Amino acid sequence: MDRLKLVLQYFQSNSESISNGICIVLALISVKLYTSFDFNCPCIPQYNKLYALGVMFVPPLIFFFLGILVNRHTGVMMDEWLRPIGKRSKNPAIVKYMFSAMMQRALLAPMVWILVTLLDGKIFICAFSMSVDPKPFSGMPNNTGLDLIKLMAKVPCKEDMIFRNSTFRKAVSRYVRCYSQAIGWSILLFFILLGALGRLIKPCFDDHATNLQTRYWSNYLDIEQKLFDETCVLHCRDFARKCVVQFFEGMREDAVLRLPLSPEVRYRGEEDMVDEEEERLHGITKQEQMDQLLQTWFQCKPELDVTRMAYRPRVCVTWEDHNGQTLYSDV
Amino acid sequence: MDKFRMMFQFLQSNQESFMNGICGIMALASAQLYSAFEFSCPCIPEYNYAYGIGLLVTPPIWFFLLGFVLNNNVSMLAEEWKRPTGKRVKDPTILRYMFVSITQRSLIAPMVWISVTLMDGKSFLCAFSVNLDIHQFGNSTLIDGMTEVEIVKLLAKIPCKNIFNQPEVISREAASRYIKCISQAFGWVFLLLMTLAAFMIRAIRPCFTQAAFLKTKYWSHYVDVERKLFDETCKEHAKTFAKVCIQQYFESISGDMRSFHKHRSSKDDSDDDDDDKKKSDEDKLLGIRDQDDMNKVLWNWHTCKPPLALRKEQLDGESHEGLIPNGDVHGVSGGPNGYANGHAPDLPKREWAAYYSKV
Repeated sequence: MDRLKLVLQYFQSNSESISNGICIVLALISVKLYTSFDFNCPCIPQYNKLYALGVMFVPPLIFFFLGILVNRHTGVMMDEWLRPIGKRSKNPAIVKYMFSAMMQRALLAPMVWILVTLLDGKIFICAFSMSVDPKPFSGMPNNTGLDLIKLMAKVPCKEDMIFRNSTFRKAVSRYVRCYSQAIGWSILLFFILLGALGRLIKPCFDDHATNLQTRYWSNYLDIEQKLFDETCVLHCRDFARKCVVQFFEGMREDAVLRLPLSPEVRYRGEEDMVDEEEERLHGITKQEQMDQLLQTWFQCKPELDVTRMAYRPRVCVTWEDHNGQTLYSDV
Repeated sequence: MDKFRMMFQFLQSNQESFMNGICGIMALASAQLYSAFEFSCPCIPEYNYAYGIGLLVTPPIWFFLLGFVLNNNVSMLAEEWKRPTGKRVKDPTILRYMFVSITQRSLIAPMVWISVTLMDGKSFLCAFSVNLDIHQFGNSTLIDGMTEVEIVKLLAKIPCKNIFNQPEVISREAASRYIKCISQAFGWVFLLLMTLAAFMIRAIRPCFTQAAFLKTKYWSHYVDVERKLFDETCKEHAKTFAKVCIQQYFESISGDMRSFHKHRSSKDDSDDDDDDKKKSDEDKLLGIRDQDDMNKVLWNWHTCKPPLALRKEQLDGESHEGLIPNGDVHGVSGGPNGYANGHAPDLPKREWAAYYSKV
């Protein structure tokens, strides 16, 4: 349990690693979605390509937008981009850096989907089976009465009656799948090479010092916004507490009891242990008072002003003896 | 400070992530409900459409309403909406913000249901199989020999594998594949539209109203926190009120008894430690040490509850003899009996003048 907490704390401590974590989770969701999706090729000439390419490209778009949405840095970047200059000058390099980081993260899940699609091959078969030239393949059923296009369009559908136990169908599928996987692996290799080259060559062209500065300040913006939100929440809590206590105390009534004053009574200064129970009662000690308080809470909420409570003056008492000499003073 | 920050982060993340957690649980429940639900298309021309579309549309409405029910902030929104203006001006943007955020969270589970239903395709197949163009999938010669009614009945049977009995007229698999493919296309387009809408709202909104948005967010959070703190303060107050009320009740009963039984504990002047310990025990006993006294306390508690009005310190009792009201300020910490405040259970009650003011 402790170890789990440590791990969570580690991830939460660094906001970059949170974004990386979310990015990876999205990629995993993308794979899971592909495996659980029931791909259903229509096997009709007009619709095959449309359906297949739709399934190959629409989910990546969705994942891309989702990736931008769930990334915290999007908000930070938009704030920084759109804010008026005010007292703080704007540095466009920071916005550019954050934008590129956000884009890179958002593009991972779509790429994963496209790669998985290509490596699996079903979609390619569905889209391009009609473009295959059937001559090199033997065993084409020629007694069905369908024209060539329609026949080839039915290749992706295993259960179709004309293709029961047909080696032709299997051969064509294998051929198209092989193309699909080749394209998939090439794309993967291309991106890895691009990434590696970028990592290796970029420092030659970049000003490392400026880079460090940009990274620092973009991290700073992120942390600043988080702290601001936290401070707002803390402040909100204190404000609410004071407002509520002020409301309770505002409902107190003056109590006058006509009894001789005893010299033992003195003003309870801050040094004394304040009677906690009295404090928590806030002066509301009668049922009618409480009812009135609850009614007023709904009917007439107090104004949002706790200045009186926040700056409550401390009464300073001076004790003098009968000769006018000061014995003790709070001043 | 660091510990405080961590605790605070946990609390704050708890508040929001609690609602997000409920949202996620409902989405999962929605997907799970769909997979556990046994879809059985009636395969009768008149009822297919109603069943299919009903299953597509009714559970999302139910999940949406459930989302409202499970969300704590709904009552807060209603309260804020209905309250009289009083001393605090009402801000309609706050109400709008709260309503929008509640609605956004409640819309997730319905969306999940609709996407899963469309991706799976069964309900679409059930609803629209009768609208199929039969010539595209069937054997024209055989079809021409059938009446309208027969054709419609046959089309309605397409979703049901086990009762479809005319494979030579229509290829059932081809037709169901076609309709499923349309259903999935609808599903993906629906998801894309929802994602775009969410993107527009979350990512593009800062272009327009950022400052006002920060203000609205703060004050709507404030309303929530204030409500919780008010409840907490009321609870604390009730507890203390009850405690003091019961204490005074016990004391009043014990006061009656003590003047009747003449109980005086005079042995607590020995040690300071013992003194304190005995005092606290004494305090806890509140003067009741006897079975009969306790029985009387319990009986009276039911038959004659005390009024809801706390007395301020000790008020009744005899007037004091011996303490000369000479204005001598040496009485600061002490006087003849050594108590500055707090009650003295074994001494005659004194009279004080107390003047409490709001000023």
